[in-house]
Amino acid sequence: MTDPSEYTNVRDRARSVAPLAPREFLRWSWRQLTSMRTALILLFLLALGAVPGSVIPQDSVDAVLSAQWRQAHPSLTPIYNRLGLFNVYSSVWFSAIYILLMISLVGCILPRTRVYLKAVRARPPKTPRNLSRLPEYRTLELDAEPSAVLAQARAALGGYRIDAHTDDAGVDSIAAERGYLREAGNLLFHVSVLIVLVGFATGSLFGYTGGVIIVTGGQFANVASQYDEFNPGSLFQVKNLKPFSMKVTDFDVKFIRSGREVGMAQDFSAGVDYSLGDDGKSQHTRISVNHPLDLSGTKVYLIGHGYAPDVTIRDSTGEIVYAGPTVFPPESTTFTSSGVIKVPEAKPDQLGFLGTLYPTYAFTMKTGPFSAFPDAKNPGLSLQVFQGNLGMDSGIPQSVYALDMAGLKPVKENGQALRLTLLRGETTKLPNGLGSVTFNGVDRFVKLQVSHNPSDWVALMGMILALTGLLGSLFIRPRRVWISVRRKGGRTLVEVAGLDRSAGGNLADELDGLTAHLEEKA
Amino acid sequence: MSHTQFALLSNQAIAVCGVFYFLALMAHLAEWAVGRTVPIDAIASGASTTTTVAAAEGGGTTVTDTLVDVDDDSADRMERFGRVGLMLTVVAALAHFVAVASRGLAADPVRVPWGNMYEFTMTGTLFVVIGYLALYRRYKLGWLAPVVTGFVLITLMVDVLLLYTPVVQLRDSLHSPWLIIHVVAAITATGAFTIGGMASVMYLIKARWLETDHTGDKAGYLARLPGLVQLDQLAYRTIAFAFPVWTFAALIAGPIWAQAAWGKYWGWDPKEVWAFITWVVFAAYLHARATAGWKGRAAAIIALIGLATLWFNFIGINFFFGSGSQHSYA
Ligand code: HEM
Repeated sequence: MTDPSEYTNVRDRARSVAPLAPREFLRWSWRQLTSMRTALILLFLLALGAVPGSVIPQDSVDAVLSAQWRQAHPSLTPIYNRLGLFNVYSSVWFSAIYILLMISLVGCILPRTRVYLKAVRARPPKTPRNLSRLPEYRTLELDAEPSAVLAQARAALGGYRIDAHTDDAGVDSIAAERGYLREAGNLLFHVSVLIVLVGFATGSLFGYTGGVIIVTGGQFANVASQYDEFNPGSLFQVKNLKPFSMKVTDFDVKFIRSGREVGMAQDFSAGVDYSLGDDGKSQHTRISVNHPLDLSGTKVYLIGHGYAPDVTIRDSTGEIVYAGPTVFPPESTTFTSSGVIKVPEAKPDQLGFLGTLYPTYAFTMKTGPFSAFPDAKNPGLSLQVFQGNLGMDSGIPQSVYALDMAGLKPVKENGQALRLTLLRGETTKLPNGLGSVTFNGVDRFVKLQVSHNPSDWVALMGMILALTGLLGSLFIRPRRVWISVRRKGGRTLVEVAGLDRSAGGNLADELDGLTAHLEEKA
Repeated sequence: MSHTQFALLSNQAIAVCGVFYFLALMAHLAEWAVGRTVPIDAIASGASTTTTVAAAEGGGTTVTDTLVDVDDDSADRMERFGRVGLMLTVVAALAHFVAVASRGLAADPVRVPWGNMYEFTMTGTLFVVIGYLALYRRYKLGWLAPVVTGFVLITLMVDVLLLYTPVVQLRDSLHSPWLIIHVVAAITATGAFTIGGMASVMYLIKARWLETDHTGDKAGYLARLPGLVQLDQLAYRTIAFAFPVWTFAALIAGPIWAQAAWGKYWGWDPKEVWAFITWVVFAAYLHARATAGWKGRAAAIIALIGLATLWFNFIGINFFFGSGSQHSYA
């Protein structure tokens, strides 16, 4: 214990000392930042910071899902937006954690590399005077001459760097050390972590990913405006988009019919006709999971599918104001899907529909309507109808999956908000002579992901290097062994001692092996 | 045999192995129950005679008193129970292996036995047992027996009761050689992390027990556990083995597979997020062992946090996030 009076003195003195000079403060901060303890805490923060992104739908993972979530949680959404919780992995605070970690890492690697480079050529330390103090120590007596024993020992210590010594008293010994590469492995690992990050960063700077939803029969040309989601890297230039176009000709899916996984899509593939360049020849191929279409570096993946109900809507004048398939993203494993139909041309008022599609329509009093199976065996469409102003010409881009309710009011029948239910082929009149809706059936849509990532392989190579370094770091066991020999009463007294410099080593076994070898050979 | 017969065989084999794990657990519990009166330095038959002699010479301290009470019999019986338990575990592991293998043969076409959570869990627990048996001799793991058999039994029960799925074909995204590599590595690492976690639990229990001063106790389960240093070493070695394997599974093979299937090496899908979290936490564990003030207890706690994130990812995540994850078949 410190004497309390001394303590007070120190405190008093401390108070009168000038505040830390800026330089010292910087140095102090740097030492803190690059300490093992800080690295540990930052690692924890990184783990913790990654959690919310697995709980809250992420824009970059599934934009449709996150849009739906936003609609369902209007009060939380602005707060979450503020905190970047829909884009955790590119948010300021998440970036801050890993950038700090990287700075700490650099600050850690540099001095260690300097120390290591000096140590690489170092010789094993001289034999200590008192070997019996070392953690591993054994003695044995042999008949062989000291020099013969040492020669045998040298032969047995393969892979060691070995020096011979003779001390003041004329006792011969050897000092041996191995495992210099462990630190190199550890440094390689940490440097590779940086490489991975650089790979990630450049990939997201120079590459892009885009998502596009195409109804079968629909066309797509590779220009930014045709994408539903387009995430270019900050340094990606739109003129670098590879010119190609394609048409989705058909879509095939098989659903599992029994078991816990009933209703999961098992085989699905889309047929596409594609052509490269402006006047390339059209070729046919099929895209499925694991079998993307590779257009020299730009890859097209099939990542999802769903239904697009085909409806025809007439307005009060009897004109067809809307016709064709509308994409309804799936919401459940049985492909209950929901979507929005906007009819700006309708007269007298614009019409909006909130729809739910049940591919295999079923109904009980308890559950209401639901979809019994994901396949389109008996599609049913349920619609809520709104009239008024869709707000589409306000200049603010609108989601095609949401209605702006500000200018809309529900269409009522007998004082109740109207809900229509249509089976395939049915037509229903809207009340008050607003027109009619026909549900013609369903088409399929596919969700394609197009990506071009020029430097993904950098991150991957970095990861492989990291693994190599890690293996070296964990399994190379640095250790030192000393053997001294002296004549005593006509025999040779051998002392063997060792020092393990790694965690989880098995030096004791190795020394046992060494002494056994000496007893046998010398 | 037909595919349906293999499916049936798998179901029967899993029941059989459950029974044998149960019997093995009982044998090990009996071993430790008998062992409560056996001093740690007694070795079955012969050894206890020497202790009696020593006791006679040493006279009346409490420690030697307990030693005197020991009869040959308990030490003998303890060892016999231990051996029976081990044998039962081996039999159970064989049945377990049959159950896993025939799951794969039951599918048409024949496939690897990890198409869903039921099969993942079944295979993961098998790897825990294999790891335990492989290390049994080298690290004298007798003390871990009740923990391993108990853990595997309970996990398999959960698996059969909650996660059972009839055999179905592999989903499209699972048709890839990288799947086999990715999953074998992930399951191997899971098995090893689990054993490391068990050693860490035992470390914490023993550390707490030592604090309440039982240094004089010479009998009983906790006295018989290896020392804190050995427990820490076992945890470190298994985790140091598992960590690079996990690095390969989650951060190399997984991304390569994802690239082939979904066009993205890494998409921050919930399963990927949690695999990453597990990786970071175990990296923190390895750091903690090299950081002053974090060795020992803190490191053991970090290892357990890591293990929790791992099993949460393995089993829990599907319940929480449902079909939101592209990995939700797993
Ligand atoms: C990106 C974050 C980092 C990761 C993923 C990471 C990961 C690891 C891993 C897995 C090991 C274990 C290898 C072994 O035990 O031989 C390790 C060891 C080590 N790390 Fe890091 N590390 C990170 C950042 C840092 C930083 C910032 C520092 C410096 C303050 C640092 C210093 C060390 C040291 C000194 C060791 C050797 C510990 C020993 O001797 O066992 N690491 N690191």
